Amino acid sequence: MLPNVLKESLEKQIAHADHPRELVVDIMLALQEHYGHLSDEAVEEAAVLLGMSPLEIEEVATFYTFIYREPVGKYVIHVCDSVICWMDGYESIKDYICKKLDIDLGGTTADSLFTLLPVCCIGYCDQSPAMLINRKVYGHLTRQKVDEILEKLRSEA
Amino acid sequence: MKYPQILLANRKADRITTLQEYEQNDGYQGLKAALKKYQQSDIIRSIEDANLLGRGGAAFPAGLKLKSVAEDAPVLIHTNPHMIIEGMIIAGYAVRAEKGIIFIRPEYESGAEIFERELKAAEAAGYLGKNILGSNYALEINLHRSGGRYICGEVTAQLNALMGKRPNPMKPPPYPTEKGVWGLPTVLSNVETFACMPHIIRRGPEWFKGLAKTETGTGTKIFCVSGKVNRPGCYELPMGVRLSEIIEDCAGGMPAGSEFKACLPGGASTGFLPKEQLDIEMDFEPLKNVGNRLGTGAIMVFDHKTCLLGATLNLTEFFARESCGWCTPCREGLPYIRDLLVRLENGEGHQDFIPLLEAMGKHLWNAYCAFAPGAVAPLQSLLVHFREEVEEHIRQKKCPFR
Repeated sequence: MLPNVLKESLEKQIAHADHPRELVVDIMLALQEHYGHLSDEAVEEAAVLLGMSPLEIEEVATFYTFIYREPVGKYVIHVCDSVICWMDGYESIKDYICKKLDIDLGGTTADSLFTLLPVCCIGYCDQSPAMLINRKVYGHLTRQKVDEILEKLRSEA
Repeated sequence: MKYPQILLANRKADRITTLQEYEQNDGYQGLKAALKKYQQSDIIRSIEDANLLGRGGAAFPAGLKLKSVAEDAPVLIHTNPHMIIEGMIIAGYAVRAEKGIIFIRPEYESGAEIFERELKAAEAAGYLGKNILGSNYALEINLHRSGGRYICGEVTAQLNALMGKRPNPMKPPPYPTEKGVWGLPTVLSNVETFACMPHIIRRGPEWFKGLAKTETGTGTKIFCVSGKVNRPGCYELPMGVRLSEIIEDCAGGMPAGSEFKACLPGGASTGFLPKEQLDIEMDFEPLKNVGNRLGTGAIMVFDHKTCLLGATLNLTEFFARESCGWCTPCREGLPYIRDLLVRLENGEGHQDFIPLLEAMGKHLWNAYCAFAPGAVAPLQSLLVHFREEVEEHIRQKKCPFR
């Protein structure tokens, strides 16, 4: 269940919009932030908040890269596999992360800390190979840099 | 800098140009002129006379559209958000728009935060809201954060996204300028296109045209160079500047041990441009004349050690994953092409794959929107300019680069 404070702030935001459903992405992101992913419960709640059917929410939710309909780790790593990153060593970076975290693409670590997903060009071709972790960009990746980033996140968790 | 800097003038290394700094450098003067001296029709005529073509990839004449919605151009946002805002207000005024929306992808969250802050600053300074600069014109600009999908850059898909629907493209008519967001007339433009408008209003269409190096070109263009060059990054240059000059002078040439093999001149949905065309003038017309496109001006450089069949496979994977899945040629065709390329790359290809790929490339032009024809641009150019490399994969029964 959504805490009242969050529910009321979302209702207020929706009341300001000309058409409630134009906020569907914002509402899904807010619920995802609260639950960790867009759970079935969150889909139902988004539907009630926006006056849409759960099916209509589902239709939109499954379209977007940054809406997670399944549980994900605290940190979601989106590693760019588009052509410039590919040319500059994406594959070896991806393989290294997989080995280090002992997961495949799409997997989540046993401690629920990291999820690894591929992503299409994130617009940081000048810093290839690059990845996003919880929307923050990390570029010019090397194995050593990956070690440092993951260690830091682990220590902050 | 050898060339005049218009869009990236006063660029700071690590921060935006503030509203005050922008105002000190003639910022919002275009808007002031527009509101005080011009009729709406004059503004549209100026933009038309300047022959401003859309910078987002489709090269549509901006004077022909006009209300306001925008796409992504991170460099410009991080350099001078107010130039974009001013352009949107001018465009909005020209068509008497009441609302503007800035559409931004989630990868550029820092850009979204900048806009949120600077839209408030513009409103506080009287550039947005009611009675803009004492006129009777009112405009509200909102920010729309996307959930992230490449197809959302397609005009009609973006309209659906803005309305909270699944962002599948729609086949016009009706055109967005007649019936767009919530059934209202809507002008969608790239932020770089909007950023050109204050300058055109302030300094005139002739001045704008004169910025270009080519007869057919107008204005400047922000070229973002990536791949095998020494200094990847974004450079504002006259439209029509030679590709070789961009790569050699601006981007610092190829790294030691790398030779230029090909580049995609304007993003993933343009074709490979071979070495013989290295001196081409980077403008809409010259690229069209060689069967390619200027696209977004995102130049991706490949060196002689890179397998272009492998690159095409990667690009096809990208498009197969990002296809919205709505229409058959795109949804079914791209995975089919990918499968053929995987087999070729793994040395399991046959000679008859080549005509098959050519036929599939043609079929993809039957899709609903421009995504699919763009998706096969690398493939089709590979088969024209680098056919020998594809055949080598078949002959050697392996990738010659591995």
